[in-house]
Amino acid sequence: MGRRRSFSDIGYSFVIGGLALLALVIIVTPVVVVLAMSFGEGQSLKFPPTGFTFRWYAELFDASQSRQIHRAVGNSLEVAALSTLFGVLLGALGALGLSRSRSKAARLGESLFMSPLVLPGIAFGLAALMYFTFIGLRPSLGLIVAGHMIVTVPFILRTTGASLSQLDPALNDSSQSLGAAWLYTLRRVTLPLIAPGIAAGAFLAFMSSIDNVPVSLFLSTARTDMLPIRMWGMMESSLDVRIAAISGVLIAAAFVLMLLMEWTVGLTRRMRD
Amino acid sequence: MTTLTAKLRDWQLALPLALAFAALFLAPLLLLLGVTFFNDDRMTQPGLAQWAKFFGDPFNYKVIADTLLLGVKTVAATLIVGYPLALVFVDLSPRWQRVLLFVIVMPLLLSVVVRTFAWIVVLGHEGLVNTLLLRLGVITEPLKLLQTELGLVISLTQIEMPLMLLPLISVMSRLEPNLRDAAAALGASRWRTLFTVILPLSMPGLVAGCLLVFASSTTAFISQTVIGGVRLIYLPLVIWQQSLVVFNWPLAAVASMALLVSILTVIAALSWLGRRASGAVHG
Repeated sequence: MGRRRSFSDIGYSFVIGGLALLALVIIVTPVVVVLAMSFGEGQSLKFPPTGFTFRWYAELFDASQSRQIHRAVGNSLEVAALSTLFGVLLGALGALGLSRSRSKAARLGESLFMSPLVLPGIAFGLAALMYFTFIGLRPSLGLIVAGHMIVTVPFILRTTGASLSQLDPALNDSSQSLGAAWLYTLRRVTLPLIAPGIAAGAFLAFMSSIDNVPVSLFLSTARTDMLPIRMWGMMESSLDVRIAAISGVLIAAAFVLMLLMEWTVGLTRRMRD
Repeated sequence: MTTLTAKLRDWQLALPLALAFAALFLAPLLLLLGVTFFNDDRMTQPGLAQWAKFFGDPFNYKVIADTLLLGVKTVAATLIVGYPLALVFVDLSPRWQRVLLFVIVMPLLLSVVVRTFAWIVVLGHEGLVNTLLLRLGVITEPLKLLQTELGLVISLTQIEMPLMLLPLISVMSRLEPNLRDAAAALGASRWRTLFTVILPLSMPGLVAGCLLVFASSTTAFISQTVIGGVRLIYLPLVIWQQSLVVFNWPLAAVASMALLVSILTVIAALSWLGRRASGAVHG
């Protein structure tokens, strides 16, 4: 462009660039700071930490010193795996059903299934606790699985729905006009094409279950302790630098899993669509 | 005949999910509403006493207002720094876009508790911000950032940022790139292009981002209690205290309905505004 850059345009680059940089700093700093803390020798949360030690990680992985944390991690993993499994079964079928219907009921159903994303989780957590108590069910991991399934299934619906909307309907029609049965078409044509979408949604649902606070807060007990609730307890009661070590492990795990999902199903691309 | 069975089959595929939502989502929420209409915490006497108690106390109005304001402030903060980042994002090469998107999504997959803990370290008495400012000589006494609303809003800005950025980036990457060149060729400054062309066209993503950030920050129990401390009281804390500490379920249910209704009202208003704004551009 032959136009000379005016003062206002330079100001624009300055302001927008500056704010964008600030956003990046705000996003990245806490992650780096926690990683640094987890290797620090100090007992306090002083920054920058002094010294370098693996002590907190050693304590964290020691079965006798961190038994409660290990149990909470086990519970969280079990609940996340089961709620994702049920979520994928119900959610993928649901997305298929919704994508093929243009009725008002289908649109209403879609808003209902997506509503856990904006509804206050804490209100649903309390409602679930009251409901299970009233119908006489005792607290168990199974109930937490049910609660987590409801609040994480929107992720599966969204990514599966997005892949379905990019599916060429002609594929379906030609498969059927060539004599393939409905189930055969689903299994051999539709499912392979939407599998990456389902996988991306399942990954997001799994991570969001691991991270869930509002439902676990109300449905977990001392016996069915969940990792975020245990960490919250550790933060509220005493200063325990093992939290930094747990955070370090979670950061590493999230990083590796995300790279894996990025290479296999293009996770970030699916999240922006 | 085939079309009829096909229709039935398609519709039936969503049935298991619908049944699960009816039994595990709608039924509990209806029960929550029902519980509010009991006077005593043993739930024997039906009545409106708990509604009267909750809304008769001026303190609770302040709690509701503070909760909604916290959401508004967090939305404003994520928008002010997040929107420019989204603008920069669309100008990057595909390769750098992938890297930046990875950085943006990463915190979303990190536990909220981890992110909250991180901000305690950053904002604490001897934390990163205070150490940095003291060494630079900007301040002589450590600032009190934890257990203040400012500290909470800063933390929530990072914690909720991905929810603002993802819908924004999604909409902005689909905008016609020539629009900006056309505006520039017609003599519009970059500011004018931003406010009269890009901003109105990105309204759907902006509204979606605001909705998600607002809903998430107003119900962020852990961040609110750990960073906000005991003196900053928001609705989720009231709900938790009344249900799991005091065991007054009817009052906790009333507080939950207050949270639910106020958040849904703001969300309905925002999406209405969003539809009007994008309608004005396209229509």
